[in-house]
Parts: sequence; C-alpha cells; structure tokens
Amino acid sequence: MRQGSLLLLLIATVLALLPLFFPWLGFVFTLALAKGLAALGIALLLRGGLVSFGHGLYFGAGAYAVAFTLRSVPLDTVWLLLLAVLTGLALGLLAGLFLSRYRGIFFAMLNLAFSMVFYALLAKFYHVTGGTDGIRVPTPTLLGLTLDRTLFGEALFYLALLLTLLLGWGLTRFLRTPVGEALAALRTNEVRLEYLGIPVRRVILLVYVISAGLASLGGGLAGVAVGHVVPELAFWVTSGEFVYIAILGGIGGVPGPFLGALAYELIRTFAFKYLAFTWQLLLGATMLLVIFFLPGGLWTLLGERRLRGRRATAP
Amino acid sequence: MEGAPPLLEALDLYIRFGGVVAAAGISLQVYPGELLAIIGPNGAGKTTFLNLCTGYLRPERGRVLLEGKEITGLPPRAIARMGVARAFQIPQLFTEHTVEENLLLALAARKGFWKWSYLRDDSRRQRARDLLALLGLENLISVPVAEAPEGVRKLLDVAMALALEPKLLLLDEPTSGVSSEEKFRVMDTLVRALKTQGVTTVFVEHDMEVVRRYADRVAVWAEGRILAEGKPQEVLANPKVLASVVGVEE
Repeated sequence: MRQGSLLLLLIATVLALLPLFFPWLGFVFTLALAKGLAALGIALLLRGGLVSFGHGLYFGAGAYAVAFTLRSVPLDTVWLLLLAVLTGLALGLLAGLFLSRYRGIFFAMLNLAFSMVFYALLAKFYHVTGGTDGIRVPTPTLLGLTLDRTLFGEALFYLALLLTLLLGWGLTRFLRTPVGEALAALRTNEVRLEYLGIPVRRVILLVYVISAGLASLGGGLAGVAVGHVVPELAFWVTSGEFVYIAILGGIGGVPGPFLGALAYELIRTFAFKYLAFTWQLLLGATMLLVIFFLPGGLWTLLGERRLRGRRATAP
Repeated sequence: MEGAPPLLEALDLYIRFGGVVAAAGISLQVYPGELLAIIGPNGAGKTTFLNLCTGYLRPERGRVLLEGKEITGLPPRAIARMGVARAFQIPQLFTEHTVEENLLLALAARKGFWKWSYLRDDSRRQRARDLLALLGLENLISVPVAEAPEGVRKLLDVAMALALEPKLLLLDEPTSGVSSEEKFRVMDTLVRALKTQGVTTVFVEHDMEVVRRYADRVAVWAEGRILAEGKPQEVLANPKVLASVVGVEE
C-alpha cells in the first residue's frame, strides 16, 4: 500500500477512535464529514475550473428531502440517505442541463441564483416548509434498530465515516479514468478537448450531477445528525462555506475537502467557544495563511510528507 | 490522389468578419493520400478555411463535404469524430499535464473515453509510446508540457491529432515558432509519420522552402479567394503568386 494511503488510513482510524474518548467529537466529525461531502462536490467542479456558489441548494434539498419524508414515512436512515442522494442527482440533472452551457462567473452566479430561489421558497412557504423555523427531524431507525438520540448520533458518525471512505475510494478511481482526467484538462484547454471529439458539456453535466448528489448526501446526513432543518442550509453563506472548505483542504485529491471540513469544524467549534465574537477573524486568518503558505490547501501537507518520505528512503 | 473521389470538398464557401471577406466563394478538393499546402499572405483567409472545415466557424454560404457527407455547421467534436483532426498554429495542449498524459487523453478520446478504466492502462501507454517514438519524442514522455520547447509542443500537438487516427489532418503552420535549424527536422519527422500512418494532410505554411520540399500540391490564397492551384514547382514559379505571397516578382 502506498505511503499516502497508509497515512489516510491512519487519519481515518484516529477519527474513528477519538469519539470513543471524547463523545462530543462524534457530532462535530459527522457535521464535518457532511460538509466535506458537499465541499468534495465543489472540489470536483473546481478541478474543471468551475466554481459554484450555489451548492447550498443541494445540501438544503437533501436535508429537506429527509425531513419531509420522515414527516410521513418512518424510513430507515440508510434509505433516507439514499433518497437524499437521489434528490440531489435529480435536481443536479435538471439544473446541470442548463448550467453546463456556462463557464466562469456566469456558472458561479447562476448556481447562486438557483440556490437563492430555493432558499426563498423554503423561507416563504411556511405552511409546507415551516418557514424560517424549519422542520424538526425525528430520530430515524438505523439499520432497523431504534436507538436513543445519543447512541444514534454515535452510530451515525461511523456510518458517515464508512460512506466517506467508500465514496472517497470510488471518486479517487473516477478521477483516474479518462473522464476524470478530462476534467482536469478542461481547466487548461477546453478547445483542445472539443477538437479531440470529447463532448465537454456532457463531461461537465456528469460531474455536476455527481457533485449535486454528494452535496445532497451531505445535507441528508446533516439533517438527521442535527435533528432539525432550516432554510439557512440553502443560503448563500452555506454555499460559500463549501467553497471555503474546498480551498482550505485543497482540490488536488479526494481527501482534501474532508481535511478542510475537519479543520473548519474544529476551528469553528473552538473559536466559537474561546473567541465568541471574533471567530470569523480566525477563519479568515487561517484562509490567508493557507493561501500564502499552502496554496494547494491542507492536502499538500500530506503530499509534502509523502515526498519527504520518498526522499528519505531514496538510494 | 486526383482521379479518386475527393476526401474533403469545399463548395463556394463564403464568410466575412465585418467588412472583411475571409472566404469569398472558396471551392477546393482534397484527395486521399495527398499533402496539400495552403499558402498566402497574412489575412488571406487560410486559417479561416481550416476553421470552416472543422466546424469552428459556420459559413454564411457554401458547403463542406467529407467523403460526400455534409459536415457544414457541425460542431468541432462531431467533425473530429468523423475523422478530421487538427493541429494548431499555437499548439493547443493541456499545460498542467505531461507529454504522455496529453497523448493518453487523445488516445482515450479515440476509444474508451467513457469506460471505467484508468487513463494510464498498459495498452494505452504502449500506444502512446509508439506514437511518441514515431515523432521522436519517446525520451520526453514524463516532461511537463509547460516546460517543453516549442518544437516538441508542435510535434505533440500533431501527435494528439494523429492519436485520433484521422482520415484527414489539418495543420496550421506546423513550423511557425520553430527555429530555422529545427524547421526541417520537425517537417522531416512529421512527414515521415504522416506517410507511415497514410493520413491525408492539408497544411497552412508561410515558408516556401518547406512547401517546395514537402507538398504534393499547393493552393494559393489571396483576399479570401484561391489565386492558383497545382504542383508546387509550377505554382511557385508563377509571378502573380510570387507577387501576392512573397511581395516581389522574381
């Protein structure tokens, strides 16, 4: 196994063990993984040179899909999360058919516009959506087991970690396929891709739909973890958070956004406690440090270590 | 060659940009197996012709046929899939990738693009190595494109077009930006590869020596029209052509 993979496995193991000693961390990590999934969707698009300031739409849609369903059908968590993914894929396909025509600022702003329309619908249709009060999400069963809230939260974290590892493995493979590699090439030369006979819009659509599915899964996970969904999940600030996390973690590899999300949630949690009125300052300063010293994101720290390891073992 | 039905046929192509007519009723046939050079002064409409044939531009009037099938107005990717590949005056490469990765993407575009397999699979890598060897680039496989010299970038641009196994290759100034020492080496390598692959080629060129040495046939462009067409020795001896292209009468 490669040194990088071992390191990631070590991080995953530490993540899995820490909540056993500090149970409150389980909730923080679950939220981090949920946001990491959405940020991974953003990172996929960023690899192709596309930035979305509207993935809160899919995050919110996944969360509300779970909440609406649980109001009428007591589905198991696994089915709820699957439903959240399908909601994101369907919405992503609809929006993507239109958005895949656009690039640059137009792509970014149209995503923002879609998400803000969705936010307004959630906030204004009070009788259906609960307006700005949102909807309470009752604790669902998990793999057929009825668990109390605390135990459910702990089990949900391990389910989220497992899902993250499986999706991370699948997406790492995807990025090495011709379509995945074409995505990185899209950023540097779309004209050449067209002249190679590659349907660029179809590639963008596929990646957009995947990114929407990831964000919705994240939203669904956050919905059941928090037990309450509000329109803010689809607000532009939430979308901005995902972009922040993706850049903080780095887009060079699939683990990047998850590292970014973990750092983000930990900084936010501690800063909120100790620097209640200036926690955004700390987030801003962190981003500045990353841009200046780790322009590839926190992900490059692992890369650096890997390189150092190779040099050290080189004959 | 002439006598066989044309591979590509342009019929009465017309396009203008504002007040400038870049193609004023261009009609031209390209025959299988030939190496056709297009020459003419700057702004004569040579690159516009390539853009019209590859779908980058849509003519206001006229048609383009490939093996008798209409391709007018189709997008570049559709025309590429029908067998028309192109290399550019400024090489169009993926600058964040290596020489090999550029070529692997081109090979995947030809076959297996949507398959769930690694881009760097063994058979594709072998084909990439063969193609790079054909163009003398086999030692530059892992060189990042951004660090490659212009001559290498030119050849890689052509290699990517050849990876599509095209019926017709359109080259826009293959020796521009290449030093005069490198020029004939690049063309020797290129023409040898084209002949080996049996690819019909149209190339836009400014260097008359290159045209004389390598082209089977030459077409002379001037102000969006074809001024003359025929064997290089005959056409390049035409005083009207010399006046138009070189600017002096010999």
